[in-house]
Amino acid sequence: MKKLLIYLKEYRLQSVLGPLFKLLEALLELLVPLIMAAIIDTGVARGDTGYIIRWSLVLVGLGAAGFACSVTAQYFAAKAATGVTARLRHALFEHIQSLDYAALDSLGTATLLTRMTSDMNQVQTGVNLALRLLLRSPFVVFGAMVMAFTVDTRAALVFAVAIPLLFAVVFAILLTCTPLYKKVQGGLDGVLGAARENLEGVRVIRAFTMEPREEREFSEKNAALEHMQRFVGRISALLNPVTYVIINLAIVAILRTGAVQVASGTLTQGEVIALYNYMSQILVELVKMANLILTITKSLACAKRIWQVLDVKSAMPDGAGLAAVPGAAAVEFQNVSFRYPGASGDALRHVSFALPGGKTLGVIGGTGSGKSTLASLVARCYDATGGTVKVFGADVRDCGMDALRNAIGFVPQKAQLFAGSIRENLLWGDPEASDEAIGEAIDAAQAREVVEGKPGGLSYELEAGGRNLSGGQRQRLTIARALVRRPKILILDDSASALDFATDAALRKALRQLPYHPAAIVISQRISSVQFADQILVLDDGAPAGLGTHDELLKSCPVYREIFASQNRKEHEA
Amino acid sequence: MKKAPGTLRRVLRLLRPYRAYVAGSILLAAVFVAASLYVPVLVGNAIDCIVVPGQVDFAAVAACGVTIAVVAAAAAVCQWAMQALNNRVCFGVTRDVREQAFAHVQQLPLAYLDQHPSGELVSRMIADVDQFADGLLMGFTQLFTGVLSIFGTLGFMLWLDWKIALVVVVLTPVSLFAAKFIAGRTYSMFRLQSQTRGEQTAFLGEMVAGQKVVRVFSREQETLREFDGINDRLERASLRATFFSSLVNPTTRFLTSVVYACVGLTGALAAVQGAISVGALSCFLSYANQYAKPFNEISGVVTELQNALACAGRVFELIDAPVQTPDAPGVLQEPSGEVALQNVSFRYTPDRPLIEDLNLSVRPGQRIAIVGPTGCGKTTLINLLMRFYDVDGGSISVSGMDVRDVTRASLRRSYGMVLQDTWLKTGTVRENICMGKPGATDGEMIAAAKASHAHSFIAKLPQGYDTVISADGSLSQGQRQLLCITRVMLCLPPMLILDEATSSIDTRTELRIQQAFDRMMQGRTSFIVAHRLSTIREADVILVMRDGHIVEQGTHDALLQKNGFYAKLYNSQFAH
Repeated sequence: MKKLLIYLKEYRLQSVLGPLFKLLEALLELLVPLIMAAIIDTGVARGDTGYIIRWSLVLVGLGAAGFACSVTAQYFAAKAATGVTARLRHALFEHIQSLDYAALDSLGTATLLTRMTSDMNQVQTGVNLALRLLLRSPFVVFGAMVMAFTVDTRAALVFAVAIPLLFAVVFAILLTCTPLYKKVQGGLDGVLGAARENLEGVRVIRAFTMEPREEREFSEKNAALEHMQRFVGRISALLNPVTYVIINLAIVAILRTGAVQVASGTLTQGEVIALYNYMSQILVELVKMANLILTITKSLACAKRIWQVLDVKSAMPDGAGLAAVPGAAAVEFQNVSFRYPGASGDALRHVSFALPGGKTLGVIGGTGSGKSTLASLVARCYDATGGTVKVFGADVRDCGMDALRNAIGFVPQKAQLFAGSIRENLLWGDPEASDEAIGEAIDAAQAREVVEGKPGGLSYELEAGGRNLSGGQRQRLTIARALVRRPKILILDDSASALDFATDAALRKALRQLPYHPAAIVISQRISSVQFADQILVLDDGAPAGLGTHDELLKSCPVYREIFASQNRKEHEA
Repeated sequence: MKKAPGTLRRVLRLLRPYRAYVAGSILLAAVFVAASLYVPVLVGNAIDCIVVPGQVDFAAVAACGVTIAVVAAAAAVCQWAMQALNNRVCFGVTRDVREQAFAHVQQLPLAYLDQHPSGELVSRMIADVDQFADGLLMGFTQLFTGVLSIFGTLGFMLWLDWKIALVVVVLTPVSLFAAKFIAGRTYSMFRLQSQTRGEQTAFLGEMVAGQKVVRVFSREQETLREFDGINDRLERASLRATFFSSLVNPTTRFLTSVVYACVGLTGALAAVQGAISVGALSCFLSYANQYAKPFNEISGVVTELQNALACAGRVFELIDAPVQTPDAPGVLQEPSGEVALQNVSFRYTPDRPLIEDLNLSVRPGQRIAIVGPTGCGKTTLINLLMRFYDVDGGSISVSGMDVRDVTRASLRRSYGMVLQDTWLKTGTVRENICMGKPGATDGEMIAAAKASHAHSFIAKLPQGYDTVISADGSLSQGQRQLLCITRVMLCLPPMLILDEATSSIDTRTELRIQQAFDRMMQGRTSFIVAHRLSTIREADVILVMRDGHIVEQGTHDALLQKNGFYAKLYNSQFAH
């Protein structure tokens, strides 16, 4: 709530003027019953037609003035609400982009998307309504009571009793509903997750003819959601009827007190009508206010969820620049260990190696042996939990994130491209890359035929995630993307797995001949991919099992020998 | 794009199963409206008993008080019951729509799903339906009572004094017109807002899911800039939609104050002449005030319904997307594994031919390796075999039956498929493994897991086979792949499709899996898209594909001897 105000600050003018104009409108409305009382007590009682006409015209004038105020207020409110939400969306997206990987992992894509979309919409609605009604409604309610006191103190006591009672009822119902709304939101998230997952796994689902089961499961989640919605609905539906009954009882009380007061001559008939009108006005405003509070509660819940994400601090403070030490190794691991947050065991244990510039380190090991973890530590996607990772002699924790990552060409295991032209995708590597540099990267990545095989070549538009390419095509473009920046360090995380053997061989050859000689970390499960590396690190279940050249490892490392045997048998026998 | 009226008709059709509830709701609304309109009359009567000192009838005021309390209570009970019924209808309808949309997606051809970002489809199924529900509920709750209140109020007023009532009747159309005018203007604005939101959701879906790539390329700034572009457009669209739709209330409020003044004027003049009592005037005035409410509500409802209809329109667009051709009644029973492709041609986009005149005949139990440069049509071939896509020309038959003459379910169940993409469902390891054979026993499941060498790592998971796998997940690609293989190991269909099935598994494990695969492939027709020579060499037939054509076909040795395209591919592997 407080934080939301910070965003409203930018719209200070609108946020102040909006409610102010609303207040003005409410004030004009409060005058109406008094004028009507005067018309009845003076105009009708004395039969003064001119008086009646004059004051009726004043009523129309009040309405027109109220209209002008209201339109102005609506504009300011809409302006502030949409503006604040747009800024908030910007801030949250920027924040998401600054979260460390551990936080991204734990928050999850689905949660972040909900925060960015439906939660934001709810906040916008809430801010808009709050600016319009938050001041107006209480003002009308209490204003009516104040007016009642100016008319007659004894009758006004009914207001003093009814209003707190109404508030108590409204809040009791709202407080009961709030936690229930949370459950409904949770149910909605569940349904959303199910739909997303279904679409992502559509091929497997159809291959296993799981459509009926998927439908059944979705249907169950959907029904559970409906059930919750209905339950909450029944409780929140109590609000209007209960307040209605209270108001009418209050009117009965006003009539009785009014009868006594009129009989004693302290009150007129017109004033009784004015009191009655004030009470009715309270009902209208109270209903609005209750709905407003419901919406605001919902919005605040959404805002809270947004702030939970905004409050996630990146645990990795950024350093500045990259203070390279002359002559230092391009990448050096000193006794590095790493454990994923919340995991029970280390993913990487006591790994040490030094990779000089221009040389290649092969990393080989089984599934889950920690190869990808090693790659992400170099790019400082995570901070090592033990030991030190150095790049060009500088501890990565002291480096500026941008400086560090600009030095690295990273090809992740999952070949992920984005909607946009092939050229735009490749420019991710280096926004200022010349066509020549792009061409060079494409050739080295063996992606020339991918690009030329598409209508428009580099201008060919990729769909979201690069879905209109095959896995192998995507992989080659992700390699090209990393090469475009001519990195000092190139990391290939099992990046050739979807390539056919001929392309893979050509790729390896081309990478060796890159004119700028990057230090390369080549992660693979294939001996053939790392065989010719200057040194090979063998990982076995997170721990180093050997470090050396192919020939050395064949002699000294049983794990490597075993891997070699398993692949060699197949490559040279049969 | 559907026009709003068509959408409305369809929404009404959705309501059909809830007719009884809707009728009940209308009935309760009528009682509620009548009761709540009767209260001001009673108050007016009471006021007429309180004139000036000496002219106060306490007994009559007390009697009126009791009646007011009873009538108000009746109105309250009806209102609550009506709301409960409305909830039931609206949440029921949205559940139905969601279910229908979801079921429809299961029937959509993959061509459609491959072309539409899943974020956009999800947004239609969830966010749009949710907005639709909100609009519908508001519509229901306020439309009936609103319309009934308008007519009820007019009825009561006519009963009290037709001349004053006439003033109101004359001014009514102005309010209606104003509300309709504004609503008509805002429909397109809401639609634009909804579209821009969809665009932003799609963008976010991609960038948040690919956030780690964004990071390693330090693309945060560019991504943010692009986001801001959409965000600014959304802000503008949202401002217009929000502001113009919020004009409805002040407008109707203003018109009401005009009506109020006119009723006050004519009523007071009539009272001067003695045509009506002061109590009746008070009753008129409170009607004039309440008369504002239904118009406010209806116009609010109309705006909200416009928004809801825009959302419903988007959902209906999804539901209307043509489904895949219906299944033929035939069932593929225990296929021998014989597969034949005759003159098959296929293209994803009409202007770009991909597979042309492809012929292939596979005997039961043969192992077919499909090799060729990336993008030559290997994955497409799988799409056709599984009938994810239908051929444009020629035919594919399994055991002599054209695949279009049998149900997709029976065809697909005959294949065991392991893809590069290791999709697992959120759920336990057990649920994932038993996907193809839900009734499998623990023994069968563990045997399959052992055969695929997944058992040892599963056993190490916190809850073993009952460990829940989440979408983002902590399992490595290789472990996920092992589960995908186990999934197929368990149901062992007569034909197998392995698309780079072992690409993320280390060779030591692969060697062991390979033995299991070999056993599994015994007597089963297998299609293997492979990049590894070892896998290829053991195939009975190697299909060498290039640009959608099978350029060579034969065994490893025969093809090497032929010294053609395959030999070139093969030799390049060793041209270090």
